[in-house]
Amino acid sequence: MSQEHIDRAINREYAAGFVSAIDSDTLAPGLDEEVIQFISQKKGEPDWLLEWRLEAYRGFRQMEEPKWAHVHYPPIDLNAVSYYSSPRSMKDGPKSLDEVDPQLLETYAKLGIPLHEQEMLAGVAVDAVFDSVSVATTFRGKLAEAGVIFCPISEAVHSHPELVRKYLGSVVPRKDNYYAALNSAVFSDGSFVYIPRGVRCPMELSTYFRINEARTGQFERTLIIADEGSHVSYLEGCTAPMRDENQLHAAVVELVALDGAQIKYSTVQNWYPGDAQGRGGIYNFVTKRGVAHRDAKISWTQVETGSAVTWKYPSCILRGDNSVGEFYSVALTNNFQQADTGTKMIHLGKNTRSTIISKGISAGDSSNAYRGLVRMSPKATGARNYTQCDSLLIGHRCAAHTFPYIESRNPSAVVEHEATTSKVSDDQLYLCQQRGLDAEKAVSMIVNGFCKEVFKELPMEFAVEAGKLLEVSLEGSVG
Amino acid sequence: MLKIENLHAGVDGTDILKGLNLEVKSGEVHAIMGPNGSGKSTLGHVLAGRPGYNVTAGSATLLGQNLLEMETENRARLGLFLAFQYPVEIPGVSNMEFLKAAVDAQREHRGEPPIDAVTFMKKARETCKIVDLDPAFLKRGVNEGFSGGEKKRNELMQMILLEPRLAILDETDSGLDIDALQVVARGVNAMRSENRAFVMVTHYQRLLDYIEPDHVHVLADGRIVRSGDKSLALELEARGYAWLEEEVA
Ligand SMILES: Nc1ncnc2c1ncn2[C@@H]1O[C@H](COP(=O)(O)OP(=O)(O)OP(=O)(O)O)[C@@H](O)[C@H]1O
Ligand SMILES: [Mg+2]
Repeated sequence: MSQEHIDRAINREYAAGFVSAIDSDTLAPGLDEEVIQFISQKKGEPDWLLEWRLEAYRGFRQMEEPKWAHVHYPPIDLNAVSYYSSPRSMKDGPKSLDEVDPQLLETYAKLGIPLHEQEMLAGVAVDAVFDSVSVATTFRGKLAEAGVIFCPISEAVHSHPELVRKYLGSVVPRKDNYYAALNSAVFSDGSFVYIPRGVRCPMELSTYFRINEARTGQFERTLIIADEGSHVSYLEGCTAPMRDENQLHAAVVELVALDGAQIKYSTVQNWYPGDAQGRGGIYNFVTKRGVAHRDAKISWTQVETGSAVTWKYPSCILRGDNSVGEFYSVALTNNFQQADTGTKMIHLGKNTRSTIISKGISAGDSSNAYRGLVRMSPKATGARNYTQCDSLLIGHRCAAHTFPYIESRNPSAVVEHEATTSKVSDDQLYLCQQRGLDAEKAVSMIVNGFCKEVFKELPMEFAVEAGKLLEVSLEGSVG
Repeated sequence: MLKIENLHAGVDGTDILKGLNLEVKSGEVHAIMGPNGSGKSTLGHVLAGRPGYNVTAGSATLLGQNLLEMETENRARLGLFLAFQYPVEIPGVSNMEFLKAAVDAQREHRGEPPIDAVTFMKKARETCKIVDLDPAFLKRGVNEGFSGGEKKRNELMQMILLEPRLAILDETDSGLDIDALQVVARGVNAMRSENRAFVMVTHYQRLLDYIEPDHVHVLADGRIVRSGDKSLALELEARGYAWLEEEVA
């Protein structure tokens, strides 16, 4: 199969690329302490939180943008970004869905996320975040019956200050890294989840992030606390309009799994990836980390198909004895997309276990890097890690890289690493076509087969979605 | 059904087929024999539309349609099937999924809805029996880790499920044990019909004991140099190809 075929099969329209004509209050671009005060004031935050933000900002100003990732992009002018944008209709804080601007509801409906509970997937509660604010959170009543708190973090600051204050920044410290510090200073909204002791959350929780306004950044912050022995499965989805300029998304996600708790965090990331010439797209610089206490388990599953540049390493700190960390990842890059993604498994407790399954798919002129750290601390007696890292190349202009780092300071710890690189070969495509399949279908079937181990970790409804998304993202990749 | 006239074709500017003529009628079975490197596999690939093979002169039609101008997948959808001499592996894609996708793609082309999964599963299991493969092979990756003989049987399974009009079997009998040879013969004989034709590339007259050909051809240096009936195969078995090549030269 020729490159031209491949290109055709991989490039399709980005279906979520529309802009909603919604009146917004958008802060003028620029970053300084006044902007931070403005955001904090907008949200009526208590003094401690404003102080917390300002301290993060002071730290941020001393920091440098990290350059070690295998990605290249022109310098980002942080003063050209607006740090707050809210649909005007949200100003008076609608009390129920009936009061929410129909245009907003329509935007989500168009993205396949109806916010009226009766139309929704029965088992999934959604928090919808539009630019800098949460516009609706569904099924809150039903969740409250189980004692589950699921609300915008800006609201949790008021309704559950003790939890927010205790855990905010406890997993990702304010000055952890450049983008996390920036987020800590200017974060606008995101989801807050608390599952009480021993409770199995009765439904899937999900947050849908949408960037709409031009020249704004999205800096959401998610905090999930699973109290002792509780279980929760959470899913995050993201899209943005097609624009020629790049937009910045710098999120922080913190997970706390207390003794015996289990958190499953799945992401289907479909930010606008830029066009076939590499113009536009989201810069996705994200810090995600969880702490697992004794006997707890944290499982990250991600399907990354969007963004112009991705810099993201969902990690687990396996603090408690017997805790378990998992990372299942599919990262697909096409055209001029660049991804540097992977995970860190920090084994602190005894008999901690971690599994890393990473599937990188590169097509077009893209570059796809896996970067993973497995650290066995001196106290991690009997700890084990298994890492499998597979790359699949489509066409001959793309690149795949693997950067595994292993630090073992406990002789009883076992670290296994396997890596493969394969190509969708001309002969495979020929076989498929000789049997009557077109090249696009063939490539998407081969890629889906390659990703199977990861897809089976996704909640059912989303596994199907993820398969379709891959198909769309691959369009035009075959020639 | 298949009509090839004065076909010249090759790879990267080298001439491999040098004026080949062949006509196959519906219902017939043709055997093609010939020395290594004479162009037998090339003929199959040129007809099937393998990328990289260029036709420099001549024509080839299947069911009256010009094969040489069609996309590879459309030739398949028209009813051309090629059992590969060296089947490739597609790791991670289950045989079952692959087979269903192929059948559905061809059905879609004919304006038919996708085949119901349960019906297809049943059919696939029955086919496993015909080609003597354990149904567990349906769950394994396409040809992934299959032995040489298992790959050949898998090719046969694809042929049976796709019900082609013209099947070209490129050395499907090579590397098979005696029992497997009979399996291939059974599969082909069961599919023989007025509406279907077979072209079998083989090095062994033995296969022809089980599948009786209507015509036998010798392909040497890119051309059909001799055609005859079944007795030609016996003669070749006894005398080799050298006498023919000398005669042609
Ligand atoms: N991709 C290619 N590039 C260069 N030469 C090729 C290519 N494919 C085939 N050839 C050459 O064309 C000639 C015919 O090859 P082909 O595979 O058709 O032979 P064959 O008759 O099937 O032989 P065998 O009986 O060994 O299978 C050989 O000399 C082979 O080396
Ligand atoms: Mg051959």
